[in-house]
Amino acid sequence: MRTILFLLRKEFLQIFRNKGMLPIIFVVPVVQLLVLVNAANFEIKNIRFAVLDNDQSQTSHELVQKLIATNYFILSGNLKNEAEAQSYLAKRKADMILEIPQKFESDLERMHSASLHMSVNAIDGSAASLVSFYASSVILDFNRQIVVDQLRLPYNPTLPIQTESRYWFNPELEYSSFMTPGILAVLVTMVGMFLSSMNIVREKEIGTIEQLNVTPISKPQFIIAKLAPFWLIGMFMLAFGLTVGELIFRFPILGNLGVLFGFAGIYLIAVLGMGLFVSTITHTQQQAMLISWFFIVIFVLMSGLFTSIDNMPDWAQKITWFNPMAYFVELIRMVLLKGSRFTDVSHHFAVMTGMAVVINAFAVFNYRKRA
Amino acid sequence: MIEFSNISKSYGSVQAVEHINLKVEKGELFGLIGPDGAGKTTLIRMLTTLLLADEGNVLFSGKDVVKDYLYVRNNVGYMPGTFSLYQDLSVEENLNFFATAFGTTVKANYHLIEPIYVQLEPFKKRRAGALSGGMKQKLALCCALIHKPEILVLDEPTTGVDAVSRKEFWEMLQGLKAEGLTIFVSTPYMDEATMCDRIALIQDGHILDTDTPTGIVAKFNYTLLALTGKYKQETIELLRSMEQVKNAFPFGDSIHITLRNGYSVKEIEGLLQKNSVAYEKLEPAKPVIEDCFMDLMTSH
Repeated sequence: MRTILFLLRKEFLQIFRNKGMLPIIFVVPVVQLLVLVNAANFEIKNIRFAVLDNDQSQTSHELVQKLIATNYFILSGNLKNEAEAQSYLAKRKADMILEIPQKFESDLERMHSASLHMSVNAIDGSAASLVSFYASSVILDFNRQIVVDQLRLPYNPTLPIQTESRYWFNPELEYSSFMTPGILAVLVTMVGMFLSSMNIVREKEIGTIEQLNVTPISKPQFIIAKLAPFWLIGMFMLAFGLTVGELIFRFPILGNLGVLFGFAGIYLIAVLGMGLFVSTITHTQQQAMLISWFFIVIFVLMSGLFTSIDNMPDWAQKITWFNPMAYFVELIRMVLLKGSRFTDVSHHFAVMTGMAVVINAFAVFNYRKRA
Repeated sequence: MIEFSNISKSYGSVQAVEHINLKVEKGELFGLIGPDGAGKTTLIRMLTTLLLADEGNVLFSGKDVVKDYLYVRNNVGYMPGTFSLYQDLSVEENLNFFATAFGTTVKANYHLIEPIYVQLEPFKKRRAGALSGGMKQKLALCCALIHKPEILVLDEPTTGVDAVSRKEFWEMLQGLKAEGLTIFVSTPYMDEATMCDRIALIQDGHILDTDTPTGIVAKFNYTLLALTGKYKQETIELLRSMEQVKNAFPFGDSIHITLRNGYSVKEIEGLLQKNSVAYEKLEPAKPVIEDCFMDLMTSH
């Protein structure tokens, strides 16, 4: 125990003497949270639309006003003719063109029906479908209002069921609430793998391992002293990132933080084991970096952070079972956004404990002090 | 104190050392001398429990280095060929670290390192990476000594160190020997052989000879000539082609020529003149370890 303590002392001395380390601990989480969460955003806001109003009636004006009132739409121009509409789309002055035909109002009053024409710029397919979905729901709402208010019809048999959606656990579909926990999971993984593997390999690269091996320091003591600092740093970064994220994005923390940190502790042990494994198969920090990078890219892409695992093909979903990061990303979202309790995530705990044991056993087996 | 018995080791298809037998007595300053790639580091790494032999066994203070590796690690002072201390820790921190690693303190064994450490003392707060080559070497020696080892093992400690520091270093080793320490040191510099009590000459994984430096020189019973003055590479080749010449190689500014028994200086002089080779002097020389090594190497 005494040996481990003085080894730890030496590790911390070296870690904090490393000029790159403090920025990694304090700057990287903030930058990642600020840049990634804000940039990788699927939300659609500020949709610019232009109106080609051939009717110029009270009803048509009301419809346009209703779109603007949602705050999703910004009126970028009133168009005079079809050609102008085309050029607005082509020059990206508008994401959507709403064409209101002549006699829109009178058709509604006389025939109780009228049509609208909507053109959406679909270069970004998912954005286009969201735009048309937003617009349609506004128009549908407007439709109902007409039915009730203007035509004074008590009941419309063509609309027997009204669907009202409600998004659970993230009612406003706040993208940052969804992303921030995931980004934190990535950060913790990076600390665990990059820094720990590089730290061990550094002893090999500089040759100090040669001197260290000819001391009574045992293999387990050395490994524990090498990994423990990064366990602490990883936990600290999670806490720090959570605080920063909470201050900036105000995402909900519904669950028990104890469950989250408990899991993160086990998760870090698994990831540190991977860092140890990487260090056993490499000889320089560069090699360690490249191999860790390879793992991390796969882990991130297969974690459900950006793309939902449920949308992956069956075989890919099976691969994610072996991706520790997938469990962490899921758990951190469940605990923070859904308020899941330990009993809800006990499966995650069991799998991660198993992974930590297997990975570390493998890494330690691979780490040979003697050739 | 140290005993290598029938040691062999190969790396893949390369035979690093083969059937090595060596014995080092207590209190000896023993030199393992040979060129790069001769197998010196391989032997040292086996002795220090860092490498397993394919065949044979090594005894350290009468203990098997494989079975009793913990004993060896507790009682060996090892200085690897490359500087292996923490460059980002200070002189003091390095020393404290290695003392603690061996479960002791700097204070307890300070007397052992004192003559060396006094020179480092003014820089004790400096990071090891910022020290000069000679200072780094002194620090490495202090770190290897701080736990009062039974045997000090040094792998090419003077490689890449200037002549003055080299001399100083050997003086330090002599001082440590006087304290009763057994020292096993490897070096590619033949001129350092005379600083050792006994030496083993090693080449291509084989021991050529083991003896005291004077004993090895005494075994050299050929006529040795030194040719001085400006010479060309062709002159060496010409000399080597002569049947009277056993061996010819550049030695400093001159050429050392070993004659086969039964020939004399006169014959060589005659042949050189016949080939109109210009030189300043051709005169008998006193053999040194390098001449013995060259001779043993070619006759092996």
